Amino acid sequence: MKKILPFLAFSALASMPVSADKLVVYTYDSFASEWGPGPKIKKAFEEECACELQFVALDDGVSILNRLRLEGKNSKADVLLGLDNNLMAEAAETGLLTEHKVDAANIRLPGGWSDNIFVPYDFGYFAFVYNKEALLNPPKSLKELVEKRDDIKVIYQDPRTSTPGQGLMLWMKWIYADKADQAWKQLAEKTVTVTKGWSEAYNMFLKGEADMVLSYTTSPAYHIIAEQNSQYVSADFSEGHYTQIEVAAKVKNSANEKLADQFMDFIISDQFQSAMPTGNWMYPVTDVPLPKVFKQLTVPSKSFSFTAEQVETNRKSWIREWQSALIY
Amino acid sequence: MIKFCSVKYLYQKEQFNFDIEIDTGSIVAVLGASGAGKSTLLNLAAGFIDPLSGDIQIAGESILNVQPYHRPLAMLFQENNLFAHLNVADNIGLGLHPGLKLTLEQKAKVEEICQQVGVEKLQTRLPHQLSGGQRQRVALARCFVQNKPLLLLDEPFSALDPILREEMLAMVKKLAARHKVTVLMVTHHISDALNAASHYLFVDQGQVSSAGEISRLNCENPNPSLRRFVQAGL
Amino acid sequence: MTSKLQTLPGVIIAGFILLFVSGAFSALLLHSPDFNFSALWVDPYYRHVTVFSFYQSFLSTLLSVGLAIPVAHALSRRSFFGKELLLKLFAATLVLPVLVGVFGLLSIYGNSGLISQLLAFIDYKLPFSIYGLNGILLAHVFFNLPFAARLLLQPLQSLPVENHKLSVHLGISHWNKFKLVEWPCLRQQLPHVCGLVFMLCFTSFATVMALGGGPKSTTIELAIYQAIKFDFDLQSGALLALWQMILCGTLAVIIQRLSRPVALTSGATLSAPVPFCDSKPARYWDTLWISAVAVLVIPPLLMVFINGLNVQFLTVVTDTVFWSALKNSLLVALSAALIALIAGVLILITSRSWRLIGLQFRADKLELLGAIILVTPGLVISTGIFLLLRNVTDVFSLALLIVIAVNALMALPYVLKTLAQPMLHTAQQYDKLCTSLGMSGFSRFYLIEWRAIRLPIVHAFSISFVLSMGDLSAIALFGSQDSTTLPLYLFQLLGSYQMESAAVVSLFLLMLSVALFALIEKIMVKNHVVK
Repeated sequence: MKKILPFLAFSALASMPVSADKLVVYTYDSFASEWGPGPKIKKAFEEECACELQFVALDDGVSILNRLRLEGKNSKADVLLGLDNNLMAEAAETGLLTEHKVDAANIRLPGGWSDNIFVPYDFGYFAFVYNKEALLNPPKSLKELVEKRDDIKVIYQDPRTSTPGQGLMLWMKWIYADKADQAWKQLAEKTVTVTKGWSEAYNMFLKGEADMVLSYTTSPAYHIIAEQNSQYVSADFSEGHYTQIEVAAKVKNSANEKLADQFMDFIISDQFQSAMPTGNWMYPVTDVPLPKVFKQLTVPSKSFSFTAEQVETNRKSWIREWQSALIY
Repeated sequence: MIKFCSVKYLYQKEQFNFDIEIDTGSIVAVLGASGAGKSTLLNLAAGFIDPLSGDIQIAGESILNVQPYHRPLAMLFQENNLFAHLNVADNIGLGLHPGLKLTLEQKAKVEEICQQVGVEKLQTRLPHQLSGGQRQRVALARCFVQNKPLLLLDEPFSALDPILREEMLAMVKKLAARHKVTVLMVTHHISDALNAASHYLFVDQGQVSSAGEISRLNCENPNPSLRRFVQAGL
Repeated sequence: MTSKLQTLPGVIIAGFILLFVSGAFSALLLHSPDFNFSALWVDPYYRHVTVFSFYQSFLSTLLSVGLAIPVAHALSRRSFFGKELLLKLFAATLVLPVLVGVFGLLSIYGNSGLISQLLAFIDYKLPFSIYGLNGILLAHVFFNLPFAARLLLQPLQSLPVENHKLSVHLGISHWNKFKLVEWPCLRQQLPHVCGLVFMLCFTSFATVMALGGGPKSTTIELAIYQAIKFDFDLQSGALLALWQMILCGTLAVIIQRLSRPVALTSGATLSAPVPFCDSKPARYWDTLWISAVAVLVIPPLLMVFINGLNVQFLTVVTDTVFWSALKNSLLVALSAALIALIAGVLILITSRSWRLIGLQFRADKLELLGAIILVTPGLVISTGIFLLLRNVTDVFSLALLIVIAVNALMALPYVLKTLAQPMLHTAQQYDKLCTSLGMSGFSRFYLIEWRAIRLPIVHAFSISFVLSMGDLSAIALFGSQDSTTLPLYLFQLLGSYQMESAAVVSLFLLMLSVALFALIEKIMVKNHVVK
């Protein structure tokens, strides 16, 4: 027995939380990864706050909320970065988040912004991205993709873990309403796989595993700017595109409230915002200048979204509808 | 009947060398210490192992290239002579057809031999429901339905008690006479040899060192190791 | 002769186990307040999950055991170069970390695996996808066919040599010999083998998580995980966990009823070649099966070695995440194996002293309690513990402790099974002598048990070590950035399709578990012989 005691003590030590001047931010992996905006933001913020900023990378947006709920009051997170407009009501409902002190006056979002818990940090429109040299005849609408195009293979994300995946679910629901069940079955026949997060899906698509991948209208900018490659484009769907606003929020039981507030302010600073278009490949929420390339991108003629409350009420049953449609 | 002509066999550096001739109708007791090569002799005859050189003949014809199941002989082991999952009738039936597709005539034959060895009431039993003596009777019955001119017995009765052993040997003797079968039986009981055999073979260090009529199996035998063996056994 | 001092520790340990398990169990009960078991049938998704669990286990069992029969048969009558190694490999597939096996399979049959690359040369596309039911079945056959073949080889090898001689002598053909001699002997073993394989497939977690996972191919085990981790639906998680517990319990009882278990010898057994009438077709037939199973088992493991040494090697081994995962894995495996071994030995000391004074029933029950995890999958226990501790403390910071406890519990049945006979034996032999010499306590254990039955003790430890090293089911719920183990890290890499990094981690995990296993045994055996 004597021999194992040190191990047990050691393991307890190894997993003890460190509570120095460190801000813990839960986000999704593509944000935190070395090719995402994470490192730049970390550097900039650390210079400003003289503290340490730690990103905890989770699969995708919805996982961030799930993780917080699992940890409950004992969460080590100070800030969540990567929820979206659809999840706001559900996230607020947990009672684990708290109000921010950010002055939202600078925020220029279509439709404005007034929420006292969530601060937006970027936005965009979900879209299917494809390689225009490989797919010469892209579908012109979601309905065409779902109902007519048996020649196309797609990859999308799991709505239970990923905000784009959830976005597609809502998009389908918006277009198909009561007939979404049938539409999911039709889409299932063209689906290569459903991934947990956006990055896996996008990587698989780039490796040639599918013809189209669920992403954003802004994703092609990455290929144009970082790779000087303009063969990837987003398909413009005639029904319109679902809007996503990505948001951040403060965790109520944060051990570093001051730092958390400082970070929330930092989110709408020019420094953070100018990192969004060419880091997270999304539109910024303030007036920072956009790279020229963004002018080439398709901007949907129509865009829409459910209210957060609508999503909260129906999310569970809509997810179950998706699950059930896929099992047969 | 069966003839071993300079048969050589090697097993893990042990050399065996057999030169034997056995007459039709005799019952030959194969004697010898453990490991002397008694079972090897039988295994060679049965075809479970092949000699390095030399020839084995039955009725004047070489059997070396004959498949074990085509050789004109039947064999009985010390134990596990029966397949545990088959009943008595099936175990005997295997001696008539290896796929158990028996004609009416063959079924009658099974019935008949069962009566001869006294197991006619046990035909539907499984081996583990029989006593040791009953099991060997069933096995013996199978040997006789095979209708082969030579019978090899590899100590089949050594695990039985003395009275049962004597009974079984008497039965072998009777059946051998009725079916005109030559018998080669390995035993380490001198009394078995004296009771049942007409001849003996004494195997010592991989070869037959003495052979002859059973009457010569006594303490006056000129072969010293045989003399010792007999003295110890009596 | 039975003193309280001797039996008390075992009873206390058993008490702890009971407390731990019932704690988990009551947490599950508390979280499914309305016992709405009908939901499991009314809700089409849950119904599908249950049906799919049975369906995939049924197919996996059918394939694994069905194919294992000709393989075991061929192995029973052929001896060839490398047979010993092949049988050792067969033994390894059961302790092999599941994800390493899965990785090996992916690198052969995956979308960018060897076959698909070869097909690309002639402009063909892989006609199947390894994700979904195909992959689950393939992996289950990969893990269980060798295991089943080994289990079936034993009765075949225990057939008396006279039976083979007789078959030759009577000219019984191959088919008839199989039908009349070998099949009846296999048939006795089959219910038990099928039961075991079914149970293993039914509770398989890592395989389904890595290769299935979409709503279409989700098992109950995985649904528990997803309900908690993806949906934060604690009620459904608890309900499904209870459901899984009931099903596994029922299955275990049925298996127990069906057959008496046969002890599996630890090493590879090689018996003398049996005589049989060989023929060309028979030779082709056996060669076919033996090569088929070799082709199934060897290439994936080989690929782990080949792929492991790639350009990512340095990147991975210089990554702190890797080292912390490695450290955690070693910590978990070492602690869990030690705890399992100590608990196992204490329980057995108690049970054997009861046995010696004729309290068989009591002893049986105690040992059964130690093996309770067999009816309650690790994930179910950790789900319960998770729910229990969630409101009390930050479970994620206790992750490793819980994982150690659950893994120790999972390894305990193996320890008990390996040591029960030897421990009882030494007691029967030496108890009276020891009492008369006044030997007791630790010094007795060291001088008698450790010296006499060191090999099974070491074996029990290594098995526990390797199992804990490769387990994903206990850590899955608790894993976080601070407490990643190698299997979890590997899962994350596989999940994000980082195949090259995954290859490096697979190689490490394989080397650590299998090589360490071999090493420990070798050293101990050597010491043993010298002494």
